[in-house]
Amino acid sequence: MTADGNGVDGAGPLLRVDGIHTYYGKSHILNGVSLEVGDGEVVGLLGRNGVGKSTTLKAIVGLVRPSRGQVVFAGRPIAGVSPHRLARMGIGYVPEDRRVFRLLTVLENLRTGLDRHGVTKERKQELLDKVYAFFPVLAERRNQPGGTLSGGEQQMLAIARAMMLEPKIILLDEPTEGLMPRMVSQIREIIGVLHRERVAVLLVEQNVPLTLEASQRIYFIEKGEVRHHAKASELQVNDPVIHQYLGV
Amino acid sequence: METFLSFFHTVPLEQVVIQTVNGIVAGMILALVASGLTLIFGIMEVVNFAHGELFMLGAYVGVVTLAATGNFWLALVAATLLIALLGAVIHVTTLRPLLGRDPLTTILATFGLSLVLQNYALWQFGPVARKIQEPFTGQFTLFYLSYPWYRLVIAGLSAAIIAALYVFLKYGRYGIWIRATTQDRMMAEAMGIPVPWVLTGVFAIGSGMAAASGVLFGPLVGVNHAMGLDWVLKAFIVVVVGGMGNLGGSILAAIFISLLEAYASLWLSPAQAIIVSFVVLILTLLFRPTGLFVPTPK
Repeated sequence: MTADGNGVDGAGPLLRVDGIHTYYGKSHILNGVSLEVGDGEVVGLLGRNGVGKSTTLKAIVGLVRPSRGQVVFAGRPIAGVSPHRLARMGIGYVPEDRRVFRLLTVLENLRTGLDRHGVTKERKQELLDKVYAFFPVLAERRNQPGGTLSGGEQQMLAIARAMMLEPKIILLDEPTEGLMPRMVSQIREIIGVLHRERVAVLLVEQNVPLTLEASQRIYFIEKGEVRHHAKASELQVNDPVIHQYLGV
Repeated sequence: METFLSFFHTVPLEQVVIQTVNGIVAGMILALVASGLTLIFGIMEVVNFAHGELFMLGAYVGVVTLAATGNFWLALVAATLLIALLGAVIHVTTLRPLLGRDPLTTILATFGLSLVLQNYALWQFGPVARKIQEPFTGQFTLFYLSYPWYRLVIAGLSAAIIAALYVFLKYGRYGIWIRATTQDRMMAEAMGIPVPWVLTGVFAIGSGMAAASGVLFGPLVGVNHAMGLDWVLKAFIVVVVGGMGNLGGSILAAIFISLLEAYASLWLSPAQAIIVSFVVLILTLLFRPTGLFVPTPK
């Protein structure tokens, strides 16, 4: 499958997932998933629960090892590379349950991604100032343990933490899950900010309107494989395609 | 009631004060051994049965360096660094391949390692206990006793090393890496923290702390191949009573148990006084298995 969407330049896409298979014990979770994300592009991944959306993200960040298939990031094959190397290469990951470090303060959570070799003190401060400007509430709570934040604040922290890696792409796994409507629109804004910053986003969501609005292209995944692929601008919330793959 | 009070009157106040000092000194050394053990458990979930042998080998490195250079402080630093390095090698070769396996395999591996190290020491240094000369022999008068300054110095140094560990964990870059790894290994990886090396580093730090306590304590007990056994047993009790993996809890538990033992030996022989730690252990496991010095879990 080739991407005909925005942001895929002549040098090849930023991220290319090519026919990956994964097993969990004996059950076949991914059955040859292929997709592409271009530089600075926001791509949505839609599908019912348990079809392998989260596993696809985990396979990209190296937390699940694909038994077959290839993942290519910025021109380099990365299947089998350890997650911490991938993080340093510029893949940020915001997992489904946010997984902020609950006993670490907000600032310490951010420092886990910031304290890398080769980042100057000034650059660190710049990055911190930038996320504090996007998320003023994190600045207010910088010395509070991550576990004491509300769900929405933890989501912001998880995204801000991934931004500390200065990633080329952020994988967002159901960022609006369990959030109040007000927070959902804030997540929408954050994705817009990432897009403006030329950070690519691979977005796994259940929230169809948000996904259609925020993404340029959408992949539909069913039973561990990509079954359909379309430009977001060509889809509507009540599209038959969406009915077919999401049953809503 | 009368007889009960008279029982206490048989103990003069001076002795209580002396035993308090003894208890705190023993407690600080025990805390140093136990904090390495609890650090390794809390972060790596490895029950390190070879910890006592790292303590013992540290003391031997101290003996050898002291004999060669005559400088106690140099011996302390050399033992700490060398055993930390040994710890790193042990981790990479023995424990890292077992990552993600049943905890029983790491218990067996560290137990096997303890046997190897102990018998290596027996083969290399023989069964006769060696002595580490304390760096100064001054004494001060505590009531009717002349009390060696050195003991107070060990207590102070142990406290300083533990405080340094705390500051490192709390504020240092690698301290944050270590704490993040403890809380969520997978997410730490995803944030670019090289988790396998963090674990190796933690094992090295714990080993170095065991070695430092071996050298500090050497002058009081003599150094032989089996010296690790008593201490690691007590350190395990402390770690369980303090709440597995809880650094602050271990330190409090070390002082608490050592004080209890010191007071108990007002009436009992020191050998019998050890029973006290086991009683505390059993009561803790019965009534508060998460540890005495941790907040009640919700």
